[in-house]
Amino acid sequence: MSAPVLLLSGVTREHVQGDVVVHALRGVDLAVHAGELVAVMGPSGSGKSTLLHVAGGLDTPTSGRVLVEDRDLASLTAAQVAAVRRRSVGYVFQDLNLLPSLSALENVSLPLELDGVRGGMARRVARAALDEVGVGAFAARFPDEMSGGQRQRVAIARALVGPRRLLLADEPTGALDSTTGEEVLRVLRARCEAGAAGVLVTHEARHAAWADRVVFLRDGVVVDQSGPAAGVESLLAGGAV
Amino acid sequence: MSIKHGLLALLERGPSHGYQLRADFDAATGAAWPLNVGQVYTTLDRLERDGLVAQEGDPDAEGRIAYRITDDGRRELTSWFRSPVSAKSAPRDELSIKLALAVTTPGVDVLGVVQTQRTATMTGLQELTRLKTRSTDPENDLAWSLVLDSLVFRAEAEIRWLDHCEARVARAAMNRPAVAPVTPAPAPAGKRGRR
Repeated sequence: MSAPVLLLSGVTREHVQGDVVVHALRGVDLAVHAGELVAVMGPSGSGKSTLLHVAGGLDTPTSGRVLVEDRDLASLTAAQVAAVRRRSVGYVFQDLNLLPSLSALENVSLPLELDGVRGGMARRVARAALDEVGVGAFAARFPDEMSGGQRQRVAIARALVGPRRLLLADEPTGALDSTTGEEVLRVLRARCEAGAAGVLVTHEARHAAWADRVVFLRDGVVVDQSGPAAGVESLLAGGAV
Repeated sequence: MSIKHGLLALLERGPSHGYQLRADFDAATGAAWPLNVGQVYTTLDRLERDGLVAQEGDPDAEGRIAYRITDDGRRELTSWFRSPVSAKSAPRDELSIKLALAVTTPGVDVLGVVQTQRTATMTGLQELTRLKTRSTDPENDLAWSLVLDSLVFRAEAEIRWLDHCEARVARAAMNRPAVAPVTPAPAPAGKRGRR
C-alpha cells in the first residue's frame, strides 16, 4: 500500500490551564490513505478538534509525529508548514467557509492564484472543481445567494482544488438539515473515492457512517474503531480501557 | 413488523397472489425484512379466515390463487395506518437488559461491552449507508430509502444511547471508591464539570 497522505504517530497534545495539565490527545495513531474517508467521533472535549488541528498543522503536538504526504511537520520551518497547509491541506468547517465578497468561482480559484497559478488557468481549474461537486451552475453566485448545502459543496471544491489531497472537515453538516447534510456527505465521500484522503470530525453517527472507518475518541484516547480496516491498524491504542 | 398489514397494503393496489406479494413486499422494503413464501400463504389463510381478504377468481394456469382485499380488510388497513407503532423491539430490549446486567454483575468490563456494541452498531450503520450510495436514483426508490433511513436513524439512536451509557458508567466509576461494592444501579449523575 502506498504511504498514507496523513500519518499521526503517538501524538500527544497537552494544554496547560493554570496549574492543571489537560491531555487533549494521548498517544493517538492514525493513518489516512488516498481514497479513504475516516470519521472521528467523540463527545465534546474528547479531542476531536485538536486532532484535526494537529493533522492540518494548525496546532503542534506535545510529542509524537505528524506526517502530511511523507513530510514530518516537526522538521519543517514555520514557512514550510504554512506551505504544506496551503498546498496539501484543505479545510471545511461548519460555517464561514467562504469569503462573502467573492463569487463561488473566485472563492475556489483564490488559493490557486495565491500559489502563483495564472488567473485564466486558475479559473478553469476552479470551474472544473465546482462541476465535480455539482455546483458548476452557481459559479458566478456569491455565498449569500446560495443555500447552505451549496455553500458547503463550494467549500469542498475549494478544499480540494489543485494539488491538495488532504481534506479536513469539522462538523461540515452541522448547520444543515438532514437531507441537505446527506447530500454534502455524498459529495465528500465521492471526492475521497476519486482519490482524496478525508478526515471528518462529527458527533453524529449517521454522518460518520459515510466514512470507511470510524474512530471513537474519548478523553484524547482512541477507544474503538469500526470499519473494514479495524484490527489491521494494530498500532492504535484501541481497547486499552 | 406485521406481515398481515403489509399484505393488506399491497393488496390495496389490486388483487395479487402469494409469490407476487412476496416480491412486492421485498421491493417496497428493500429486503429489510425478507419474507418466505410460506409466511405469506399462512398469513393469507388467516386473513381469509378473518374475512379481511377473499379469493379472486379461479386459480391460474400454474395453480396460483389471487386474493383481493375486502371492505373489512380496508377498514383494518386504514386503522393500522392511523395507529402509532408501539416501541417494543426485542433486540433493543436485549441490549438494555444486557447492559443493566453488565452494570450489576461483578467483574464485567462494562465499558468494553458498550464499545463492542457500539463498534458493531456503527459497522451496521456503515453498511446501511453503503446501501444508500448504491441507489443511483433516490427519488425512484423513495419507499426503499425511507425504510433504510428508518434503520439508519434507529442505529444512530442506539449509538447515542451507548455514548450516554459510556459517559454515565465512566462518571459513576470516578465517583466511587477504587473497589466498588456491587450496587443495583449506577450512581445518579450529579452536576460535574469536565475534567
